[in-house]
Amino acid sequence: MIRSIKTWILVGFASLLLVACGQGGGGAGSKKSKTLDNTKKAGFVKCGVSQGLPGFSNADASGNWSGIDVDVCRAVAAAVLGDADKVKYTPLSAAERFTALTSGEIDVLARNTTWTLSRDADIGLTFVGVNFYDGQGFMVRKNSGINSVNDFKDGISACTNTGTTTELNMRDFFNSKNIKYEPIAFEKADEVVQAYDAGRCDTYTTDKSGLAAQRTKLSAPDDHKVLPETISKEPLGPVVRQGDSVWEDIVRWSLNTMIEAEEYGVNSSNASSLKDSDNPAIKRLVGAEGELGAAFGLDNDWSLRIIEQVGNYGESYKKHIADTGILPNRGPNELWTKGGILYVPPAR
Amino acid sequence: MNLKKLNIENKKIRDLIPQALTVLALLSIIFYFATNAQINMGNRGISFGFGFLSQEASFDIAFSLIEFDGSYSYGRAFLVGLLNTILVSIIGIFLATILGVIVGVARLSNNYLIAKTAEWYVEIFRNIPLILQIFFWYFAALRALPSPENAINFYDVSFLTIKGWYIPKFVWINFDIFCYSLLFAFISVYFLNRYAKKQREELGKILPTFTLSLGILILIPLLSFLLLGVSLSFNYPELKQLSETSYTYEKGVSIIPELIALALALSMYTATFIAENVRAGVMGVGKGQKEAAASIGLNKNQILKLVVMPQALRIIIPPTTNQYLNLTKNSSLAAAIAYPDMVLVFAKTALMQTGRAIEIISITMLTYLSLSISISIFMNWYNKKMAIKEK
Repeated sequence: MIRSIKTWILVGFASLLLVACGQGGGGAGSKKSKTLDNTKKAGFVKCGVSQGLPGFSNADASGNWSGIDVDVCRAVAAAVLGDADKVKYTPLSAAERFTALTSGEIDVLARNTTWTLSRDADIGLTFVGVNFYDGQGFMVRKNSGINSVNDFKDGISACTNTGTTTELNMRDFFNSKNIKYEPIAFEKADEVVQAYDAGRCDTYTTDKSGLAAQRTKLSAPDDHKVLPETISKEPLGPVVRQGDSVWEDIVRWSLNTMIEAEEYGVNSSNASSLKDSDNPAIKRLVGAEGELGAAFGLDNDWSLRIIEQVGNYGESYKKHIADTGILPNRGPNELWTKGGILYVPPAR
Repeated sequence: MNLKKLNIENKKIRDLIPQALTVLALLSIIFYFATNAQINMGNRGISFGFGFLSQEASFDIAFSLIEFDGSYSYGRAFLVGLLNTILVSIIGIFLATILGVIVGVARLSNNYLIAKTAEWYVEIFRNIPLILQIFFWYFAALRALPSPENAINFYDVSFLTIKGWYIPKFVWINFDIFCYSLLFAFISVYFLNRYAKKQREELGKILPTFTLSLGILILIPLLSFLLLGVSLSFNYPELKQLSETSYTYEKGVSIIPELIALALALSMYTATFIAENVRAGVMGVGKGQKEAAASIGLNKNQILKLVVMPQALRIIIPPTTNQYLNLTKNSSLAAAIAYPDMVLVFAKTALMQTGRAIEIISITMLTYLSLSISISIFMNWYNKKMAIKEK
């Protein structure tokens, strides 16, 4: 008798579970901008960031996130929710990031992610733009006498992160130079730094911005240097899930607004006073002309809020990358009008 | 038709209905999750399939038992990871068993110092989380090792450095003949033991089986060297300068520090549990058994071999099987220190490069399941062999 009662309880539990699951589920994408609705309902933007990369996304001692990737999340929050601070950050490893996005745990991935064809086309992701043009480089010890990648010899051991384009570029590079190497790929950046610092590997390879940032974590940063060569193109940018084109547009134009604002000299301090500017492009940027926000279901001040609360791209770069000493020189990340390659379509 | 049979009052039917319903509920849950995943993947434009396994992996792996570089497929990368997982598990199980038995016996020692040392070892190592022990061995203990140019030198043959443990490379000629001779030796030993057992049971003669077996195992492979053209030479590691301040060793074989740290951590941790099993097993054999054995004239070794161990093993094997399974599964923590096991190579790197989360995680789970079940089957067989054979 006891046994049959037990079985009944089990059945009851199983059917309960089934009912609960039936209510919780439901396919995404049935409505056009489900992500926007959900974000407004939740009251915060769910944003995936790195586990700590100074300049891009890094948390301070009290848990406040900052960096140029973080500013993309803040811009989206300012545009959609009216407050740049309404972001919930999820630190992700390189290996976790895409699954977190496709499964809906986060809605924007701003985690120094390289835009490649296979990622864009194959695994349910859409890249919305580029917020940092980077390239892969090598860091070595200064006293090693290595001044160029041409000084590398057979048997060199190279530390890097697993699950990144870095791992693939490294192979292409060493193969083309016909150098035998030992690849040591860690899951977390902090462990790569520790292993390189301990002397486990002769060189540390990742995106150059990453090298500059991670160098500050070494026990003696001045004993190390980044080699001049760049072995790959790494356009880093924010990513969204495929299938919600309204949300995709919001993230894309939040980023574009920051770059366009710099181009027209609109910044966080002068934005509101430019509402009666003579330039129609500036008036559109600060929401004084046109109905641009309506196109993706936002009010007309969405772009003004981004500029006021987050700042333009130049301000963001100066604050997080230049002033922190990571990469004082903007290089390709300068506006097209000033010799760089930052060029965004017009907001009109 | 007998209506009574279908009656709910019938105990058999009454017991069967809930079971059938449970199975049905389970199946519906699985079906629900499968269709849900299918719909959502369809909506997000994610395709499903195992075709990626034959695509070029295009990443390299630092340590591999079979030939591998980026031009091989993801399927091959999976195999590399699987073999690395099996390798570290076998090394771990081997070391943990030896250490476990020693410590377990040491805890029973009458010598206060030995017993207390063993007790402290068990209490310390089993109560610290495994991942911390792995970090300890990798980042703290191995960090203290010297760089290659100042390597700890074992008679100019083997060198221990922070970049790994460099040992001589075996260069074989006619390695297959050597393998066959070894196989032949093992088969001979097996038949010798059978013959010896028969002699003992039928005629009461006791043959010196151990000495004879050892002789065969040494002699036959030795003959293959002398008569069949097998030869073995060594390539010793040589120091090579990479740049003004960095060195490495070439020509030998490198055992990477990640493997050393992982194997050490896994075996030191699991040995504590095995030690407790051994202690329980030995203590579980009644004192009267030893006294009875002594009273019929068996000597100390015979008592241990014929009376105590067979009974103790019955108690030791089942929980130790669990520890072997745990060790194998715990080896998946390798990813933290870059040892290229199945999880790091396949469930992380390959997953990242292909984005096939569902396929890769399913394959990885099924593989761990098969590994664990294989170990279980083997240990159950061994357990049965050791169990009391009632006549």
